[in-house]
Order: sequence, then structure tokens, then C-alpha cells
Amino acid sequence: MKKLINDPADVVDDALRGMAAAHPELRIDPEHRVVFRGDAPVAGKVGLVSGGGSGHEPLHGGFVGLGMLDAACAGEVFTSPVPDQMVAATQGVDAGAGVLHIVKNYTGDVMNFEMAAELVAAESGTEVVSVVTDDDVAVQDSLYTAGRRGVGVTVLVEKLAGAAAEQGRPLAEVAEVARRVNGQGRSMGMALTSCTVPSAGKPTFDLPADEMELGVGIHGEPGRRRVPVAPAREVAEMLLEPVLADLDFTGGDGVLAFVNGMGGTPLLELYVVYAEVQAVLAKAGVTVARSLVGSYMTSLEMAGCSITLLKVDDELIRLWDAPVRTPALRWGV
Amino acid sequence: MATLDTDALGAWVREYARAVTEHRDELTELDSAIGDADHGTNMHRGMTAAVAALDATPPADGAALLKTVAMTMISKVGGTSGPLYGTLFLRMSGALDDGSPAAFAAAFRAGVEGVVARGKAELQDKTMVDALLPAADALTEAVGAGQELDVALRAAADAAARGRDSVTPLVARKGRASYLGERSADHVDPGAESAVLLVEAAAATLGRS
Repeated sequence: MKKLINDPADVVDDALRGMAAAHPELRIDPEHRVVFRGDAPVAGKVGLVSGGGSGHEPLHGGFVGLGMLDAACAGEVFTSPVPDQMVAATQGVDAGAGVLHIVKNYTGDVMNFEMAAELVAAESGTEVVSVVTDDDVAVQDSLYTAGRRGVGVTVLVEKLAGAAAEQGRPLAEVAEVARRVNGQGRSMGMALTSCTVPSAGKPTFDLPADEMELGVGIHGEPGRRRVPVAPAREVAEMLLEPVLADLDFTGGDGVLAFVNGMGGTPLLELYVVYAEVQAVLAKAGVTVARSLVGSYMTSLEMAGCSITLLKVDDELIRLWDAPVRTPALRWGV
Repeated sequence: MATLDTDALGAWVREYARAVTEHRDELTELDSAIGDADHGTNMHRGMTAAVAALDATPPADGAALLKTVAMTMISKVGGTSGPLYGTLFLRMSGALDDGSPAAFAAAFRAGVEGVVARGKAELQDKTMVDALLPAADALTEAVGAGQELDVALRAAADAAARGRDSVTPLVARKGRASYLGERSADHVDPGAESAVLLVEAAAATLGRS
């Protein structure tokens, strides 16, 4: 294993220390591993808390700031944070208007956030509403699975619900925006290489040089199908086909198209993919209203990408364009 | 008749910590095949912290001991193993009546039922429940039939292993392994494996007290 680390056991703490040094506008609680907005709690505003395993940076800590999250809890690499962290985050952002938990649909994340919400209700009576993201079409959604995973749409939920909260909207409305975005968004990812969890020291899965994994998760959990490596044009088609089959994205005000890098893929290649995405969507009669291209929800050093489409309307476009000032997303301010 | 006092329960917890440390790489290996490659690391971190907490503040009684283990697992582990093993020890702590084998069997059953409620898993979903429920059944039955505790716990450990093996060919229906669909078949479930180690640790310690 070759990594720029000191000790595998210290990766998360060391990275948070670096984040605190690089972003004095944030406040980082090293004991609870929570990244707070410097001015949290913001009077009158609904607090937005998210979190999850580390290794997906900039998600979630890189999205803390004006117009997005108020706090983010960092778990061990690929492991959900614990309830104590979520309680500290929730109480630290509660300004009396309630708190929204944005939770990716993984059994551990859901369970720990549930326990945290129970603890907060018992301790301080803070009103907490949870919205679980589950946009990954690679996973069958049925009574007999853990349901679809929360992937790319989580970034969009954090931006759009964050903008709604920044406008001073009440908890119920902010939660409604989050739910609507999750309901109107779908994603599918792929990997060219595996990733290596620092504490494990070796690649999570083996992928032959001439194959790629379709439907891969963001924790290096293998996908559903292995196919020979193909040109970006075909990859874009393979990823978009199940997305377009799952929800009708034609008509209305179009979509937000998000091409996300998994951590080990250069922006040059992501733009190559984006060009193909635009072409496939044009052929399918889908209008692109907004786009986002970059590595925003990664899987350590995994090479690959995911594509997320979100059906948008006037309101969501306005929320997307609203000012945001975080380490990883920044415009309009 | 064997008495399950604080020392005996402490020996069980320490033996389990030793076992998950010994099997850390194996658990992680199983998890990397159908999960996210952290089960061994997480269980090792949690149980090591639990033993450290017991060393730092020796518990007053068996219930306090189990509660310390529970709270440590919940606040140190994360993932699914933290809340699930934490719930198991927490419910056991609340249900532990006295030091009799029957009380231990009842407490263990309460713990397992807590895991079922928290994780919403059923038998054959291919999770730790597939090892724990048969173990609780075997333990209750053997203790109820008046078996010595070592015999009863041996039966429970064997039932846990059979339960784990019975779901190895199946497709997982809960947790990260379920994302794999058919590809999760013919793999040992890492949660069921760590649950077998828990019951084996009980047989190796409590059965001899």
C-alpha cells in the first residue's frame, strides 16, 4: 500500500486537523469529529446535518458552509459515524428551528442516525426530521434488500435543501425539498480500479486490467456486473440506460446532469464522459438545464465515475443557482 | 451449579475481544468479498475499547459490565456492528436477572431479540441473526432441559455455526451484501462469523466457571 498518510489508524483525525488548518472559516470539533460552520448555530435557520464514513471527500465535510450543511460527522473510513457524533452535531447546529438529518441509505448510517435522533429527542427535545437518500439504480429495490444506496443525489440534496434552509424556510419545507430531490434523482456508477482502505492495506476487490465493474458502490463494494473495458461513449450509454429506464426525464424544465469522479479519475476524463452524456441525453430528448462535473463523492483512490440525473423545475434551478460558500462548492458569493 | 458472576462475564468479554483480534484479518477478508472490508477492524477496535473501559472502571455487577461493553460498542464502532452488538449487550444488561444459567439464557435471548428489532432482519436474510437465533434457541432448550451450562453453551455454539453455514449458499437480503444480488451466494456472512465467535467465547469461558 502506497498512501500519503502517517499511520492508518490516524487518517481521519490527521485529515480533520488539516481541514481545520486550511479552513479557518469552519469550526472543527476533533473529539467528536464534527465539521461545523464557523457561525453555527445560525439564528432562525433550520440546521442541516449529514455525515457518513470517511473516504468520500469532499463529501460531507467539504460541503459545510453557507448555503449547504451546518455540520458534518466524519466516521472511520467507509464506516458510519456513531450516535455520539451525530448528537453533538445536531445540538451544535440547533437554533430552535429544528434540524434536518441527511442520511445516505446504508444500513449502518441509517441505524446510527436513528439512534442519534432518539437520543436527541430524549435529551433536548430538538425537532429532528431525517431524509434518507437512495438513488442508485444499480441496486434492486425490494422488500428483500437493504434498498437502493444513497449516492450522487446526496450532494444535490445537500446543496438544494441547504439553499432552502438559507432562505429561512421552515423545517417541513426544507425536508420536502430534500425528499423531492431524492425522489427525482437517479444515479449509476462504474469502476475501473478498486480502492484500498488504509486499515486493510490491500485493494478491496480484484479487477483485471481489461475489465470494469458496472454498478459499483462508493465503498468499493463490487457492483452487479463485470464487462470488458469500453470507450467513454459506450460507458456513458451503459450508465445512462438504466437511469433513463427508471424515471422519465423528458419534458418539463429538464435535468441537472452530474458526472462525478470516484477519486482516481482525472477531470480530463470526466469531461470526456460529460460530452458523451450530453450526446446521449440529446438523443433521448432530455434537456440539460444545469451541470456539475468533478469529483464530489469519491471512493478513496478508485478510478471510475458515476452519473446522476435530477429532474429540475424553476424552483430547484433557483435553489441550485443560490449562493454557496463551502470548501468544495462555491459560487454566487 | 455454575454461577455467572461479574468475573465470569468479564472473562467472556475478554475472550471475545481476544477472538475477534485473532480473527481480525479473516473477518475483514470475508467482508471484502461481500461487504466493505472493515468488519474485522471494527470489531477489533470496539472490543479492545470495551476491555479498556472495563479495566479503567471495574463494573459493580454483571449488568453494569454488559452495559459498559454495550455503550463502548455503540460509541466507538459505527457501521452496523456497533449498534447491533451494542444493542445485544445493552438488552442483555437490562434482562440479566441473577447469575443462574437460566437467567443468562433469558438475557441472551433478550439481547438477540434486540438485534432482530434494531436490524429488522429475519432468519435466512444471511446476517448475524442466522447464527444468533439458533444459538439462543439451543441455549434455552438445553438449560430448560436441565443440562449443565458447559453442555448447553457447547450446543449453542454448534447451533450458531450450523446457522452460519446454512446461509452461506444463500443470497443476502440485508446489509451491504444484499447489493450484490446473486453474487453474494456461496460466501460466508462476516456478521454470522463474528456472532459464532461470540457464542464460542461463551462456551470457552462461561461453561467452565
